[in-house]
Amino acid sequence: MIFDKIRKQAIAEWATLQQSQQPRILLGTATCGRAAGAMSTLEIMNQELARHNIDAIVTQVGCIGLCYIEPLVDIVKPNRPRICYSSVTPKIIPQLIEDYLIKDNPRPDLALGTIGDGTIEGIPRLLDLPMLKPQVRIVLRNCGHINPEDIKQYIANDGYIGFIKAINMGPERVLGEIKKSELRGRGGAGFPTGQKWEFCRRSPGKEKYIICNADEGDPGAFMNRALLESDPHSVLEGMLIGAYTIGATHGYIYCRAEYPLAIERLSIALNQMREYGLLGDNILGANFSFDMEIKEGAGAFICGEETALMASIEGKRGMPRPRPPFPAVSGLWGKPTNINNAETWANVALILQKGSEWYDGFGSQTSKGTKTFALVGKIERTGLIEVPLGIHLRDIIYEIGGGIADGKQYKAVQTGGPSGGCLPASLLDSPVDYDSLVKAGSMMGSGGMVIADEDTCMVDFARFFLSFSQAESCGKCVPCRIGTHQMFAILERITRGEGKLRDIEQLEQLSQLVKTTSLCGLGQTAPNPVQTTLRYFRDEYEAHINKKKCPSLVCTRLINYYILPGKCAGCMLCLRDCPAKAIVGGRRLVHIISQEKCTKCGACLDVCPERFGAVVKVSGEKVIVPSKPIPVATSKALKNKG
Amino acid sequence: MSLHEQLALVLAPYRGEKGATIPALQAVQKALGYLPEEAISETAKSLCLSENEIYGVATFYAHFRFEKEGEHMVRICSGTACHVRGSPRIVETLEEKLGIHSGETTKDHKFSLERIACFGSCALAPVMVVDKTIYGRMTTTKARQILDEYQDTK
Repeated sequence: MIFDKIRKQAIAEWATLQQSQQPRILLGTATCGRAAGAMSTLEIMNQELARHNIDAIVTQVGCIGLCYIEPLVDIVKPNRPRICYSSVTPKIIPQLIEDYLIKDNPRPDLALGTIGDGTIEGIPRLLDLPMLKPQVRIVLRNCGHINPEDIKQYIANDGYIGFIKAINMGPERVLGEIKKSELRGRGGAGFPTGQKWEFCRRSPGKEKYIICNADEGDPGAFMNRALLESDPHSVLEGMLIGAYTIGATHGYIYCRAEYPLAIERLSIALNQMREYGLLGDNILGANFSFDMEIKEGAGAFICGEETALMASIEGKRGMPRPRPPFPAVSGLWGKPTNINNAETWANVALILQKGSEWYDGFGSQTSKGTKTFALVGKIERTGLIEVPLGIHLRDIIYEIGGGIADGKQYKAVQTGGPSGGCLPASLLDSPVDYDSLVKAGSMMGSGGMVIADEDTCMVDFARFFLSFSQAESCGKCVPCRIGTHQMFAILERITRGEGKLRDIEQLEQLSQLVKTTSLCGLGQTAPNPVQTTLRYFRDEYEAHINKKKCPSLVCTRLINYYILPGKCAGCMLCLRDCPAKAIVGGRRLVHIISQEKCTKCGACLDVCPERFGAVVKVSGEKVIVPSKPIPVATSKALKNKG
Repeated sequence: MSLHEQLALVLAPYRGEKGATIPALQAVQKALGYLPEEAISETAKSLCLSENEIYGVATFYAHFRFEKEGEHMVRICSGTACHVRGSPRIVETLEEKLGIHSGETTKDHKFSLERIACFGSCALAPVMVVDKTIYGRMTTTKARQILDEYQDTK
């Protein structure tokens, strides 16, 4: 078979590359790396290599998920383990090249860890780092290691052998294998993938479609982006296997337009698949013809819902419709259609490559395999992680994430985006699996995990999610359109200090109503953030309503900024920086904030030097300040006396 | 080239194609920067749909705009991670500074301000994007300084 030849060649080329006598440099240039300045690092690096006449092989790779210390640069010298350097800014790179590539000093002070055989003194092994050690990276195995724009590197690392196995097994056995793996949909709800496929496979009709849902609209989540940017073929191979099993003739990848790099890399990947005969008529000589294309979203969260997504592909307003009929019977253009999330597709390829028995070794009793999460918010080590299902929240937050940023107190973790809920410290020892999260009032969702600390106001947090849901509600069904709007209005009122005693009760009633009567998942889950915050953080609601106080000092209407007369040094930094010109004072005079003019932007607090710490933010209390600027010395004297 | 001719050229590949409304509108917006009235009617003609249908689709999706954007597009991420790390304060500060609400363009057409659901660069929250440059770990002060730079240089 022709693929054997391609594979042998790819493996040989990969081996040559690994044993290359030239130094190799791998630079993470996924969107997160770029946001941290990776492209400037690349530019300077190329200049430096040229200046020193170093003939190095430079490869742009995806993301290994250590977003908090990007840009990441890996350097491999012949017969040495690969060294990963973190926070490699354009400033550092010339020195690093000179030290390691020319003077052979591996600079352990800048290195993060080594990858591969052998050790280098003073540098730990990368996989022993606390952020990586508890992780099980099987879906993300290639991310940051291969060039996502080169299909041969994917093939050399067992790529597409899952598909080869599938066509040798025949559709029925593949279906059996997926069912046996007990894979559940990674988009959020966790429906068994094998069962979903079976419905579609058994649906009559010659024309069938498969869709990859990469419309990752959850704010605070970027798992699919990182996967598609770093290893697009792993998703595409899964789709190929699915199409073959279900009998689909055409596939769509619905990717949000906010991910231009993912779209670019997907389209390169699709072209390479065509070039290698992995798309088109009679793929690899089998009686199987299939092609796929990318559909770009246009900025509508609701299009993550499967029937809305299909309406969008058909060129309509992305509004959901009642089910049944289910897409497996009547989906895109009225034909049987199967939709899975990008991560689910990547799992499919893996299960076929390694077998369902191997897959059974990961995860918990009811939730098999691993799950990727975007670990963000007020956490020390933010990034993209992959963990076995069943792991405890505490392990994710404290072991992998390194605990709460800036030494603050943990308050909640929010999973599942606008559809999920906030879990308090008392639930930190719950396992992360589909069923436990639902029981706690949240849901798995696609994998956003946002950490909130003591400085996060839970009422404002709920308001934030409702503002999102009500804006994204398509407006088709009344409970969602009007219900979420009303809930948002109440929350808005509470955060402005205008809450009424009955508001909590009304929120509870509305939550129940919207949840049980909305047409689609958006409305059915939109009250989750409100319900969980009411369940676990009711005291914060009460403080806002009864005491007109925001305990976390977030809600602008309920806070005030003051300058402590005993601490102000009269340095004029805040006065100069105040955009509202609300601060009066002068050199060596105690500054005063005019409460009428203050817009509460917080710039004064940001700029006040830590050694003075003169600016304070308070809620529900007053600070006594002089009526006009007085000399600093006088106020200090007053303070000493007092 | 007249607007009419330009539209004809951009819309040619989508003529009569099934389900092409969104890609066609995206192509028009890419070429013109926004969707003027004529774009709606021309798209309707080439896809054999009513103007109503096209306008309905265009207004449903957040990416389509009906007014020309400013010289510099300032986007502030309002995703969850950015929210907990203080993006609302940045939006308020820039609204105040530019004298417009998010979703609007300054009178001199220098800046447009938008809030975006999520860029997916959550690890660098809060994030601001001016044109194509991403600025991570924003503060209100930094955000104002960056806008000043754009105001002065270009």
